[in-house]
Amino acid sequence: MDTAKKRPFDEMQLANDAVRDIYALYAEWLRDVPLAQLESKRLEAELLFRRVGITFNVYGETAGAERLIPFDVIPRILAANEWSKLSDGAIQRVKALNMFLHDIYHDQEIIKAGIVPASVLTNTQYRPEMQGIDVPNNIYAHIAGIDIVRTGESEFYVLEDNLRTPSGVSYMLEDRKMMMRLFPDLFRRYSIAPVEHYPQVLLNNLRAVAQPGVTDPVVALMTPGAYNSAYFEHAFLAQQMGIELVEGQDLFVRDNAVYMRTTEGPRKVDVIYRRIDDDFIDPLAFKADSMLGVPGLLSVYQNGGVTLANAVGTGVADDKAIYIYVPEMIRYYLGEEPILANVPTYQLSKEDDLKYVLAHLPELVVKEVQGSGGYGMLVGPAATKAEIKEFTLRIVSNPSNYIAQPTLALSTCPTLVEQGLAPRHVDLRPFVLSGKAVTLVPGALCRVALRDGSLVVNSSQGGGTKDTWVLNHA
Amino acid sequence: MLSRTADHLYWMARYIERAENMARVLDVTANMSLITNPADQTESALWRPALQICGDVIAYDEAYGECTAANVIKFLTMDDNNPSSIYSTLRSARENARAVRVAMTSETWESINTLWLEFSQFIGADFSKSGLHEFCEWVKARSHLFRGVSFGTMLRDDSFRFLRLGSFIERADNTARILDVKYHILQPIDEETGGVDYYAWSAVLRSVSSFQAYQKVFRDTIDPKRVAEMMVLRNDMPRSLHACYEEIVSIVQQLSDRRPTECKRLSGQLLSSLRYGKMETIFEQGLHEFLGDFLRSNNRLGGEIQRTFFNAAEV
Repeated sequence: MDTAKKRPFDEMQLANDAVRDIYALYAEWLRDVPLAQLESKRLEAELLFRRVGITFNVYGETAGAERLIPFDVIPRILAANEWSKLSDGAIQRVKALNMFLHDIYHDQEIIKAGIVPASVLTNTQYRPEMQGIDVPNNIYAHIAGIDIVRTGESEFYVLEDNLRTPSGVSYMLEDRKMMMRLFPDLFRRYSIAPVEHYPQVLLNNLRAVAQPGVTDPVVALMTPGAYNSAYFEHAFLAQQMGIELVEGQDLFVRDNAVYMRTTEGPRKVDVIYRRIDDDFIDPLAFKADSMLGVPGLLSVYQNGGVTLANAVGTGVADDKAIYIYVPEMIRYYLGEEPILANVPTYQLSKEDDLKYVLAHLPELVVKEVQGSGGYGMLVGPAATKAEIKEFTLRIVSNPSNYIAQPTLALSTCPTLVEQGLAPRHVDLRPFVLSGKAVTLVPGALCRVALRDGSLVVNSSQGGGTKDTWVLNHA
Repeated sequence: MLSRTADHLYWMARYIERAENMARVLDVTANMSLITNPADQTESALWRPALQICGDVIAYDEAYGECTAANVIKFLTMDDNNPSSIYSTLRSARENARAVRVAMTSETWESINTLWLEFSQFIGADFSKSGLHEFCEWVKARSHLFRGVSFGTMLRDDSFRFLRLGSFIERADNTARILDVKYHILQPIDEETGGVDYYAWSAVLRSVSSFQAYQKVFRDTIDPKRVAEMMVLRNDMPRSLHACYEEIVSIVQQLSDRRPTECKRLSGQLLSSLRYGKMETIFEQGLHEFLGDFLRSNNRLGGEIQRTFFNAAEV
């Protein structure tokens, strides 16, 4: 494969340097804007973000150290028809994934049908505690972040599904607010679909999944606390939805119900939008030393006394080892062809795949099955010989812990960097909401790898964000 | 509202108020050191009261020993080992705010976050050499801004009430301490030698922003008894004990609308002693004793607020 040497698809410019139609108005505007002005807008944005406290904690750095996620002032633009394909594809995927979760925690027909191997039940993300438990509307992943990358005009791939506690939606909303503030004239030139109603849609969905019989459900957002890397987002969403932002210590369990401690005494909570992993929600059921959870929460949940969003045990469907079966799930549950393709994936637990991967490491991306946030991965083309050697040892010692994928030439988007405007690789994470219906607002978190040539867009690895514009027309 | 949220708001406001009062005491003390004749008062005699007002004399003696202007200033401004230095109190205020940013308006949160971001410009400064006055002015201005923004933008709900409650409990405590320490140390003004004590008493007034008010009200030379009256009994003086307790009682009433609480009783009792008290009686009893009782009662109310609203049992 020598595709890596070819110039990757660019969101703004075609191979012959002509500007893509949807960027035409932008390019025209950009011609009259000196670089220094863009730079000063970027600085202004940084100042505003810092003042508002839109900061991010990075694991492994001094506790409490706060950093900004770099914000890029050049938008990623998607045409209406591009968006409708992505949107349909993401909705289709989440529908199938929710059906898979319901199936796997009930009759396991998909295993009997021989489509997904029974080994899924030994996956650490499979929660036997959920077996036979009914959840309202059969919805498990109420909020799903689907990571999509592009390699050509009409070539989109799903890189991974995030069904546990996907984050980043606050950047979709804050980046938009910032762009409207910095460049109001651009919003007059373009007809851009609004995203600001996301919190309202989310709240309606959360209220819709209260247990049957609850009339005016009380919803709360549960955060691990102010030192969590995504705390800003938790606070932001709670505020936007007008619901309480609670920590484990604010909740307690009594008579098969969950209560908040308030200044006027206990108040019952019906739906918990929890931004805290399964392992930490209940020290009686999972990690006993977790200080973040609520003792007894799981048993109330199992008995239908409260709804958790997302449900416990969704990790079994977004695990990288399960990912490869998603296209088959779509066919099996929905009887449809997948609208969005998977990236071809090698499973290192299979001997043939392992052999191939070990021989081709310099051109592949290898990921830990349960890793997230860009930790524990090898990007072959960017790795040194020593790194590849070291990673080989890790793979050989536990092959089933890894999958590998070809290095995709992710599309690029012009980005403001030190040297001026330069193409940088981007991805896209739209957020699919399920509750009443399955929907998404026309927008997404767009992450950009700021280092030249880098394909890793994770914020924990120095990635930045861009506003994503979905146009109201083609 | 969530007990934890109420707790954070209350303490956030207390810490901001504490930082402001600290800045007032420091500023006035530094100013005094310019006026006082060094022959009359030693450096230690001048700066020790600032330590006594702001709390921890023992911790200071352990860490620094000798009481010098430079050391006291360092201890009370930037020392991160001193939990009540301006640095530490502002950091605590910001940490409390960060934990409950949802419970206040974004303007209020930003006023605190900006305060903390701006604070970094003072890191490493040596205020014993220069810049102390500017720093104190900055702390006061930031505290005013916080108060103004919260007052001007927040919904009049329990969040607002707990925030205000924190401000007034802390302010009552600080005013009582300032008066107690100063009154203890200063002598009544000697008709003949007057000078220094005049400045000393006007400094006390300035530390609670009451110098101009005093002149407006009494149109007379400064009389220590009237200074005490201004700071204890006058309801129209916004930093007096009486004014603080008018606010506290009204807030506590609203918070415990539907139930009888010990907070209600305690604060009401204290208010009536301030509302109907007479300065002569207080002086007969001894101002120091009166203020000591007041500080203890104020503390007890603080503990009761904690118990009733923040650490409420599950049942």
